[in-house]
Amino acid sequence: MPMQPASTQIASRTAAIIQELKGLEGPLLPILHGIQEEFGHVPQASVPVIADELNLSRAEVHGVVTFYHDFRARPAGRHVLKLCQAEACQSMGSDAVAAKIKQLLGIDFHGTTADGSVTLEPVYCLGLCACSPSAMLDGEVIGRLDDEKIEEIVAEVRS
Amino acid sequence: MIPRIYIPADSGALALGAEKVARAIEQELKERGVEAKIVRNGSRGAYFLEPMVEVATANGRVAYGPVKPSDVKSLFDCGFLKGGHHKRWLGAPDKIPFLAKQTRLTFARCGINDPLSLDAYKSLGGLKGLQNAVAMAPADVVKQVTESGLRGRGGAGFPTGIKWKTVLDTTSERKYIVCNADEGDSATFADRMIMEGDPFVLIEGMTIAGIATGATKGFVYIRSEYPHAIATMNKAVAIARKAGVLGLNVLGSPNAFDMEIRAGAGAYVCGEETSLLNSLEGKRGVVRAKPPLPAIQGLFGKPTVINNVISLASVPIIMDKGAAFYKDFGMGRSRGTIPIQIAGNVRNGGLFETAFGLTLGEIVDDIGGGTASGRPVKAVQVGGPLGAYFPRALFDTPFDYEEFAKRDGLIGHAGITVFDDTADMLKQARFAMEFCAIESCGKCTPCRIGSTRGVEVLDKVAAGIEADKNLALVTDLCNTMKFGSLCALGGFTPYPVMSSITHFPEDFKPAPARVAAE
Repeated sequence: MPMQPASTQIASRTAAIIQELKGLEGPLLPILHGIQEEFGHVPQASVPVIADELNLSRAEVHGVVTFYHDFRARPAGRHVLKLCQAEACQSMGSDAVAAKIKQLLGIDFHGTTADGSVTLEPVYCLGLCACSPSAMLDGEVIGRLDDEKIEEIVAEVRS
Repeated sequence: MIPRIYIPADSGALALGAEKVARAIEQELKERGVEAKIVRNGSRGAYFLEPMVEVATANGRVAYGPVKPSDVKSLFDCGFLKGGHHKRWLGAPDKIPFLAKQTRLTFARCGINDPLSLDAYKSLGGLKGLQNAVAMAPADVVKQVTESGLRGRGGAGFPTGIKWKTVLDTTSERKYIVCNADEGDSATFADRMIMEGDPFVLIEGMTIAGIATGATKGFVYIRSEYPHAIATMNKAVAIARKAGVLGLNVLGSPNAFDMEIRAGAGAYVCGEETSLLNSLEGKRGVVRAKPPLPAIQGLFGKPTVINNVISLASVPIIMDKGAAFYKDFGMGRSRGTIPIQIAGNVRNGGLFETAFGLTLGEIVDDIGGGTASGRPVKAVQVGGPLGAYFPRALFDTPFDYEEFAKRDGLIGHAGITVFDDTADMLKQARFAMEFCAIESCGKCTPCRIGSTRGVEVLDKVAAGIEADKNLALVTDLCNTMKFGSLCALGGFTPYPVMSSITHFPEDFKPAPARVAAE
């Protein structure tokens, strides 16, 4: 398990991110992205700090954080593997690809392996629709997934 | 002259191994002690040929593709730096049939040069439209865009010039240009290609929009699933600012315009314009009721032009070559060109920019070359997850906003997903409902609840439970969603569902009959 910083530390690092971005018009999403980049998720302890700095209620901040699929409540695994499950990839067998990867990793979508090595997520379109089925591993794009590529991915996330 | 090698850094090419090819070429150059300049260009959009490596020779460019890292040694052996023959040899890129048959206006420069070279952009006609615009009265710029017949390329097809005129005519101390780059529809990647392959054309288009309407600030809202596009756009904006394309004096004129790149956070519904505005403001991406129109009360309550990437990227050529030039392409009320994205189970997948009017059959069979699997085409979904499924029987439909509407379909953002005969249309209809349930913003009941009920009812149909009765229920539910939802998510989810039921009734037969039929 990754070490969780103490909540006071979270609060001070959150405040630093807010100071940097507060001058933007509509700064909340850039701030949340900044926090997620810093901590790997949006910690509960950040919420009151954001609310206070932006003059919002905690409920409003919570509402925004939970609306968007990107923002995590807890840290992801060391690797994040996103499999496209949208129509273009479906037409090229993304269902079978997902089933195979789930089986190899022993987890379902939104799950993290017990050793914390990888989190598996569905994604609805990576814009690689002429290179289906596609995936994104830690921000790197992979197209035309086949058995060989699937095995490479699984080996990489397990190492 | 040092040879120049072009290796795409477009996401699609990277997904197919362009980075490994680039490294192999670098390595080979070093080992052979050959000097050459590697340029990382965008993609020309022929993804079935990516990674497509080009070499600049005395007789022009020569392309090779699809190149694998294992091809690199033999490419050097065949003298590819001088255009030598090799099994991957494709000849002059603009003579490759898939590219030669296109009419490239918006994508004229995409994939040719380093996307971040402003000099390369200018050398191929870039900034001419903006130069013309700064010398004109705002109302004349709006008039030219209106006369070009350009309609919103995001899907709704609303005339761009009329939207701009509303913003120009609305008095306010602050106005905004917002570019919708939340390209979430499956089968679409035109926005991504432009942002990664020719970012300055979007910056130029947005700046023209600013000058035309009196807006001084622009935002590009890019989905977070596009990290490469976000990075390229951020760099391009910094370069444009430094070069005086953006700033207090656009191209030395008294017009001020600057812009910011913003990342979305994984919500599909934020591609809906009012939801996008809420998201930019830092709120939940919930859809707003219209009126007020964004053109009157948009971002932060100020008059706002909100246009799709391709609409804005089409403006520079209109301002360069004139409204009549652009309007001359197309058919009926669909003027100009449209970048059709051919995707899914298709042999020649990629971006094909052409004048409106090709039939669906020509696009899928002639240009796309049929399915990748080699099996017969069963259905094509046009317009993303909210678009209708078309059977072969409707392949004579011309690519035109009105013609598609007449057949209960839409062209949307012009993405086409091809399915072969293994597709189960009941499963596709169910997915449409499921996707709507996952992505609904929750504001209106038909979308929020209807989509979940839709999944349940279609599951009953699949299980053979009172199929006729339940199909009647789905039809009724679709009617409620279509007319009772505020935005296109709930309102258009019925298109893929109803088109599947209408055109592929055999897939909705009760389970025992389906088994018997197979």
